[in-house]
Amino acid sequence: MSTEKLIVTASPHIRSQDSVPRIMWHVVASLVPVVLAAAWFFGVSALLQIATAVIAAVLTERLTGKGGAIADGSATITGLLLGLTLPAGFPLWMTALGTAFAIIFGKQVWGGLGQNVFNPALVGRAFLQAAFPVAITTWPSPGGGFFALHGDLFAIPLTHPLPNAVTSATPLGLLKFEGKGTAISNLVIGSTGGSLGETAALVILAGGVYLAWRGYLNWRVPVSILATVMALSSIIHFIDATKPGALFMIFSGGLMLGAVYMATDMVTSPITNLGKLVFGVGIGILVVVIRVWGGLPEGVMYAILFMNALTPFINRATQPRVFGTRLVSVT
Amino acid sequence: MMSFATGFRHGVHPPEEKGLTSHVPIRRMPYPDELVLPLRQHAGKPAKVCVKAGDRVERGDVLGEADGFMSVPIHASAAGTVVDVGWWPHPDGSMAESVRIKVDRFAPQVARPRMVPHWEGLTTQQVVKAVQDAGVVGLGGAAFPTHVKLAPPKDHHVHTLIINGAECEPYLTSDHRTMVEYPGRVHFGIRVMMRAMGVLKCVIGVEKNKPDAIEALRRTVPDDLDVAILPLTVKYPQGAEKMLIHAVTGVEVPSGKLPVTVGVVVQNVGSVSAIAEVFETGLPLIERIVTVSGHGLRRPANLIVPVGTKLRDLLAYCDGVTAEAAEVIIGGPMMGQALANLDAPVIKGTTGVVVLEKGETREAAVYPCIHCGRCLDACPVFLNPSLLGDFARTQQYEQMVDLHLSDCMLCGSCAYVCPANIPLSQLFQASKLALRRAQPAVA
Repeated sequence: MSTEKLIVTASPHIRSQDSVPRIMWHVVASLVPVVLAAAWFFGVSALLQIATAVIAAVLTERLTGKGGAIADGSATITGLLLGLTLPAGFPLWMTALGTAFAIIFGKQVWGGLGQNVFNPALVGRAFLQAAFPVAITTWPSPGGGFFALHGDLFAIPLTHPLPNAVTSATPLGLLKFEGKGTAISNLVIGSTGGSLGETAALVILAGGVYLAWRGYLNWRVPVSILATVMALSSIIHFIDATKPGALFMIFSGGLMLGAVYMATDMVTSPITNLGKLVFGVGIGILVVVIRVWGGLPEGVMYAILFMNALTPFINRATQPRVFGTRLVSVT
Repeated sequence: MMSFATGFRHGVHPPEEKGLTSHVPIRRMPYPDELVLPLRQHAGKPAKVCVKAGDRVERGDVLGEADGFMSVPIHASAAGTVVDVGWWPHPDGSMAESVRIKVDRFAPQVARPRMVPHWEGLTTQQVVKAVQDAGVVGLGGAAFPTHVKLAPPKDHHVHTLIINGAECEPYLTSDHRTMVEYPGRVHFGIRVMMRAMGVLKCVIGVEKNKPDAIEALRRTVPDDLDVAILPLTVKYPQGAEKMLIHAVTGVEVPSGKLPVTVGVVVQNVGSVSAIAEVFETGLPLIERIVTVSGHGLRRPANLIVPVGTKLRDLLAYCDGVTAEAAEVIIGGPMMGQALANLDAPVIKGTTGVVVLEKGETREAAVYPCIHCGRCLDACPVFLNPSLLGDFARTQQYEQMVDLHLSDCMLCGSCAYVCPANIPLSQLFQASKLALRRAQPAVA
């Protein structure tokens, strides 16, 4: 027997089958139906939008990250998620710019994967919202044929002509600024105006259930967010019937995408199980407060970013009790 | 309040892999040509050598004497001639002073008559002395001298003896086979321990995946002893002392304290069986049951192996390793020690030898921590391995002390589940070592 080939590693000598790339690529796979739903509602524009974001994310990662870091799949997720938060007709050059910003300032400047405090996709989204407030709130109506090119996809970089497509407000915008409701059934199916990934709430939910079942997503975050939003909005709706009810709240806007795919980002959410619940409840409260009383129709992005900032403190406050350190002394 | 009657929270479920040997009866391995007996085979001080090259020794003769109370002697596991007393590879990866014996192939290998006295009528002190003289140590891996556990500090009342038959490490089945094939010997060892310690109650904890062992032990419980067999949840590390005590008594051993503070003493199944065998045969501890297993081994087996048998000879007896064999581990794959030098011998604490194939080892890319929290859900003592790992890598050892690094028992659960493949156990072991070096001999 040849002993030259024997390796020596530290214990434990075996490990579970899960790896970081495996988790990341499962998240990517679970987002494929969401992308397809976006394509169903917004046609080829949606695919162009998402593809641009993913390619920009991976290229930026390639240029700024360590060799091989692309393979871990995290840049692809950032690109996918950012793409899904944009309107179908958003100029592609802005998409590329925002995604590059997301990778560089959302992740790499912090030290790369695992080090960032804020969700990179939301950092990119916040940047785009600040830089291009008109373009990012120009929502094309779903439909118009698969090959219809919405809005100003191919606007020349650094220019942004006035919107020329058929547009419609989002359900949240309609409610906030015009006092009009939207049928819950339309919200659930997704045939409303909005970002690419906002509309197909049920498909997003299915992806979340799959990831939770595989153990790649901690159910505590989405469940606590959705439960908090439903409970709070039910109370508010009961007191003031002009305010939206629970179902409208959870199926409108970016809440489902945010609760299932953004708030659950392992890097930027608390590590303890108790902390995840605190985190989710905090996001839920902020979402309701911003939507009901704030100046903006939507508040998921700011709610998550705010709670991202609190994550280190939540972690510190929710450390588990170490075995054998019960306060009652045993003699 | 939830009940944890038969288990503990957290922990992991590595593939058990016990089917390779769980039904293979224990067989005796023939004597190899040469034996290597390190003087350091137990926790505490190494034995002091008392033979020299050229000496003729009989089976059971003392090669090294105990050096104080926290030490045990080392005995010759076969008759033969001392070739050499010198440095030799030790299964912990280091070099250790060892006695090398050329086995006399024509000797009948019968020992001198009755080296260990009959136990009936002996006082507690005499039993403790006899167990020490016989070189008995914990056979679960740590090799803590058994006689020390028989004489707990006077200021603590021990009310329960707990026998550890959990055997939660993957692959290992030596305790399992011992319980199935020698249940009477286990009960005899328990009787000796209970009598010597004046303990009236005993609980044997066995993981539920060994129903035949539970059945065999139940069938053979002596009528005059209060011995209960408690089936335990199948989970790693169920056999960790603190986890087992929690499962049996519902009490948490306080952080930094010994089990006697909650009135229990834990002993491994193999160790009580060794006590019984020592008093039955009159021979000191010179052989033990070893599980030799793994997909990288041609013929997995449970073997009675003379202490001092070289790994090379042991593996050869099992028809050798496969072409895909990649790593040889002393002990189980969760806490065992990998070894490249197969000249190292089986010692008293060697529970098993596992040969892993390529693809079963954890050789893979290491990623940054993504704070998934799986290690927190795995840690049986509720530490935060993720945070401890960050501090270990930046050498902030004092921070680790505040985070209860001392409660980490290096069970490897965190590193097992880590999707980033971060060697957390290794980091914690290194950190403990660094801290020990920084504060020499405080206690």
